[in-house]
Amino acid sequence: MPKLTIDGREVEVPANTTVLQAAQQLGIEIPHFCYHQRLAIAGNCRMCLVEQEKAPKPIASCAQPVSDGMVVHTQSERAKKARHGVMEFLLINHPLDCPICDQGGECDLQDQAMAYGFDRSRYKEAKRAVKEKDFGPLVATAMTRCIHCTRCVRFLTDVAGVSELGMVNRGEDSEITTYVGMALGSELSANIIDLCPVGALTSKPYEFIARPWELRKTESVDVLDAVGSNIRIDSRGGAVLRVLPRLHEDINEEWISDKTRFALDGLKRNRLDRPYVRRNGKLHEVEWREAFAVIAERAAQVPGSRIAAIAGDLADCESMLALKELMKALGSANFDCRQDGAYADPRVRASYIFNTGIAGIEQADRCLLIGTNPKVEAPIINARLRKRWLAGGFKVGYVGPALDLTYPAQQIDMAGAAAFLKDAKAPMVIVGTSALRRKDGAAILAASRALVEPREGWNGFNVLQLAASRVGGLDLGFVPGQGGRDTAAILAGCEKGEIDILYLLDADEIDTTKLGKTFVIYQGHHGDSGARRADVILPGAAYTEKDATYVNTEGRVQLGRRAVFPPGDAREDWAIVRALSEALGKTLPYNNLRDVRAGLIAANPLFAHIDERVPAPWSAFGAAGSIDPAPFVYPVADFYRTDAISRASPTMAACAGAVAAKAIPARKSA
Amino acid sequence: MLADKDRVFTNLYGQFDWTLKGAQARGDWDGTKDLILKGRDWLVNEVKNSGLRGRGGAGFPTGLKWSFMPKQSDRPCYLVVNADESEPGTCKDRDIIRNDPHKLVEGCLLAGAAMGATAGYIYIRGEFYNEALNLQAAIEQAYAAGFLGKNACGSGFDFDLYLHRGAGAYICGEEMGLLESLEGKPGKPRLKPPFPAGVGLFGCPSTVNNVETLAVVPTILRRGAPWFASFGRPKNEGTKVFCISGHVNKPCNVEEAMSIPLRELIETHAGGVRGGWDNLLAVIPGGSSMPVLSKSIADTILMDFDALRDAKSGLGTAAIVVMDKSTDIIKAFARIAKFYKHESCGQCTPCREGTGWMWRMLERIAKGDADISDIDLLQTVTTQIEGHTICAFGEGAAWPVQGLIRHFRPEMEKRIAERGARPMAAE
Amino acid sequence: MSGAVDTRPVDQPASFEFTPENLAKAKAAIAKYPAGRQQSAVLALLDLAQRQHNNWLPRAAMDYVAGLLEIAPIRVYEVATFYTMFHLRPVGKHLLQVCTTTPCWLRGSDEVVKACEKKLGIGMNETTGDGKFTLIEVECLGACVNAPVIQVNDDFYEDLDGPSTEALLDALAQGRKPPIGSVKHRQGSAPEGGQTTLKDVTFAKGAT
Repeated sequence: MPKLTIDGREVEVPANTTVLQAAQQLGIEIPHFCYHQRLAIAGNCRMCLVEQEKAPKPIASCAQPVSDGMVVHTQSERAKKARHGVMEFLLINHPLDCPICDQGGECDLQDQAMAYGFDRSRYKEAKRAVKEKDFGPLVATAMTRCIHCTRCVRFLTDVAGVSELGMVNRGEDSEITTYVGMALGSELSANIIDLCPVGALTSKPYEFIARPWELRKTESVDVLDAVGSNIRIDSRGGAVLRVLPRLHEDINEEWISDKTRFALDGLKRNRLDRPYVRRNGKLHEVEWREAFAVIAERAAQVPGSRIAAIAGDLADCESMLALKELMKALGSANFDCRQDGAYADPRVRASYIFNTGIAGIEQADRCLLIGTNPKVEAPIINARLRKRWLAGGFKVGYVGPALDLTYPAQQIDMAGAAAFLKDAKAPMVIVGTSALRRKDGAAILAASRALVEPREGWNGFNVLQLAASRVGGLDLGFVPGQGGRDTAAILAGCEKGEIDILYLLDADEIDTTKLGKTFVIYQGHHGDSGARRADVILPGAAYTEKDATYVNTEGRVQLGRRAVFPPGDAREDWAIVRALSEALGKTLPYNNLRDVRAGLIAANPLFAHIDERVPAPWSAFGAAGSIDPAPFVYPVADFYRTDAISRASPTMAACAGAVAAKAIPARKSA
Repeated sequence: MLADKDRVFTNLYGQFDWTLKGAQARGDWDGTKDLILKGRDWLVNEVKNSGLRGRGGAGFPTGLKWSFMPKQSDRPCYLVVNADESEPGTCKDRDIIRNDPHKLVEGCLLAGAAMGATAGYIYIRGEFYNEALNLQAAIEQAYAAGFLGKNACGSGFDFDLYLHRGAGAYICGEEMGLLESLEGKPGKPRLKPPFPAGVGLFGCPSTVNNVETLAVVPTILRRGAPWFASFGRPKNEGTKVFCISGHVNKPCNVEEAMSIPLRELIETHAGGVRGGWDNLLAVIPGGSSMPVLSKSIADTILMDFDALRDAKSGLGTAAIVVMDKSTDIIKAFARIAKFYKHESCGQCTPCREGTGWMWRMLERIAKGDADISDIDLLQTVTTQIEGHTICAFGEGAAWPVQGLIRHFRPEMEKRIAERGARPMAAE
Repeated sequence: MSGAVDTRPVDQPASFEFTPENLAKAKAAIAKYPAGRQQSAVLALLDLAQRQHNNWLPRAAMDYVAGLLEIAPIRVYEVATFYTMFHLRPVGKHLLQVCTTTPCWLRGSDEVVKACEKKLGIGMNETTGDGKFTLIEVECLGACVNAPVIQVNDDFYEDLDGPSTEALLDALAQGRKPPIGSVKHRQGSAPEGGQTTLKDVTFAKGAT
């Protein structure tokens, strides 16, 4: 390993390390704009110039590989002078509009100008003005502020795999643009807002809303898909103002999807903030006490076998546990967390999680997607697949209708699956819910399992869940008890009059026309399809409003945290169930959050392993059977509107509209 | 004066047949097979011994450059020819391409053999449309004669040669910008390292050579290294095509021995400075990137790499731009600064932002609409560009301005003073 | 370039495709590069497209070239806007590209520009009403010892001054194409009035 000296300190680093990275290992920060550790090296901003002894010119430390015996000075007069010069060049055409710039307070250029800038401008010529661009509903542009670092271009081209942004013209007339002025066609597009080191690209929905120092920052996790992206929720007063990615190397690195980031305006609309009771066909606002009394009155007349519960995709583990325990106390075994009816074997954890792990994708050498389109079902996982593909030596195939995944993939049928994966050293399959929702789901699961029999240190079997609640629900046993009904049987029972009371916990994706005369209790936060059919509404908390546990598709237990209080009379969900249990005379033994979490660990010890990926034991699952040759139907038709929150979001609606408008001239991705 | 018998480019002015027939009559393609069969080491050594240094501007020893190519490679290796002649003042490669294209084509084959290249790409500037037609025809003639392609010249060596037209961008004459352009992208120079001999065109080992460099190779190999090395001073050997433009009586291109005194060159071939030698104001000796020389230096300077380096300038492309005393020297350099502003690729900060700044300041100074302190600021800006950019364009843009200030600062001060010093513009 | 940049909207054709002849040329251009490196042909294809389309490149042509090369359209736009020889709006039949860089300027390119402006009644970056001439300023054309120079479409006219420029424009306006090269009939880049070198040409058996 080469040994070099930086600012008088020796460091030994692997051969392909750059000088900037080597300096970072020593805790020496070298200022930079264009360099970003997750993007290709551009070396264009020249801010990271340092002095190398015996070199004729300062070197760009972000791009220069280390060599043995190198002596580098980051603080010498020469290095500082180079940096001052670059900073001055960056500022001459940069507007001095920090007071009205949304990047103010979190701007790399502003920060570094404080450290390296002159106190006044020596530039007496006219400043450059650049025409604004239209990047769609999410990204606001102020291109006069652009410093041409090309981070946005490199992100979209390399990470997102969508070649739509570029630098046109040349010299001082260079401009970042889509050229033809259209929305960016990537589910990950808004990450360029975070990447932009200046205020050229800012958040359109968040435009002029707040300054960073006014915000309360809460570290949490996303629930709008099953990835469990780590996020930071910025709030002021009672309002969530923005969602940003939080670094998690094994999950989302530092990216989040546009839905994760921008569905938040759905949190303010169509909210259930009071309990309601339906009388004479109309919902009336009531006090909690009254709502519970109505339920208690009804429940008193019904045996447990005629009561059922379904947990929806956004339900948290604490509330599912409480509801499960309540159902048991009421004598019901009819409860299910699979509102879409997707097949899963709750006894074998390996059958329903992403065993390889998201980061594990980088170790795979071949991947077969079965009935899934990760680009819209889990853009973060798709980005990881693309990252693996970019590294080379990775082949992707898929079973299902034609896909554009942003990387080459070969369409095959189930019959060719084994041949496709043959000879791979680290093969993986990813089974999607479109396969598992079918009648032959168990057979597909068994057939998929057979393709990737685990070997020492490698489990290539993966299920890509869609719902944030699913793995947690299965882990804690929110599945039919002995003789109980699953979702399909519950709905059939409702239709036939065999179920009298149905408890919907955040469940909005069921066919409510099948509910017949059933008395429906809806607990949740949005006036979506479940609430519309409800006889009693119990207003719950959205994910930003509660401390709650979720398990992502990898089987990783994570904690969401409350950033703001639920609106009006709405309450944290487990507490609602706990209060109801008391009204029903079946008081649950949970007096605080700690009690519920102890209950989770009692139900499944895995809940004690926060942020760990515990390998799931391997055994038989699925069922032998023939596979219907009918094509899969991918579950996500509209990425931007998949759940009660995103459906309530005007921003997501605008994105869906922009995509629809753009779909007319179909374009190829590179 | 160099004797006609020692001139490499015998059809420099195009009075003879440029096609294969004419070229062969002038001695091209004679015994090429035997030269190839002498092997890579011999070819490289012969060129090393001839003292040939790159004719594109940087003056890197050609044989040494070739020796960087891998001896064994499981990937294709490429010769890339820089025919993107765009440096203001320079028009020598144009004459070679249109009037003596077979010298270049044969040079490509021999260079390809010397470095084990599988193919060559000639990148010609897009504006040279008619020149490209001649060169394409010459390539086709060579293929038809069996000189190129499989078993080139019957030597057993396979070598393909392709012509690639540019589309208007000076920066594509920078080798890393050229490679980007050849791959179908904007000509924004790549970072070094990696160097082209390791990772070049299409990610494969590549060597980029200038047209004139390659076109003299066949003659060197036929007449022997000592013959070529007999011209010019040590380390500056050979003959060279000089371009003499500007305020001379008879602007021209001419091939002469290296190290010829500038005054002799101008007076012998270009009819002397307009109005006589004493009417000389300044000379750019090597294309617009090379710092200007004052008359006192021009009086005695020798035209070679080392003499011009010692005079804080450079031989560059050996394009001499002569300015007599009627010249508005500040305007002349403002126009050069505008050229660099226009041709900056815009990729890296110092060049993108600095070239425009220099040009705007020079325009103001040329009008006297400036403060005396602006001259120092201008000097500072040049040093903030120089050495801080991805490619050598930064130096190319900064040096002419530095040369102007070095030799003509009093003129700049006078211009400002005449207009009346004005207070600093309000911020 | 000097003069205001024209930003008026351009009538864009709805579609573009190569003529069979140009498609064959495009395929030959692509074949010069190794498999998978077809992007290298983008300059050649844009040039072909421009020649086919009255010397300017509409968006449809750029999109068509992107499709042919299987690259993202933005990659083609980047190229088309980087290189000065691509024109993204219509130009006149005769594109007058006047070099005004220092070597030409020293030898009177101002007079050449003035002659163009006077004769045609247009300024830089403008097109005559009849669509015959567009006048633009270009950087060094690489014919400095024959300065000043105008490139008319593909052809260089050299050693110009005011009157010879006007004569050139007259000829072009009348539909004539004067012989290209030096308007003073110099032998290439040789000094005017007789060569100082290459007078002993015993080698020149093949001379024509």
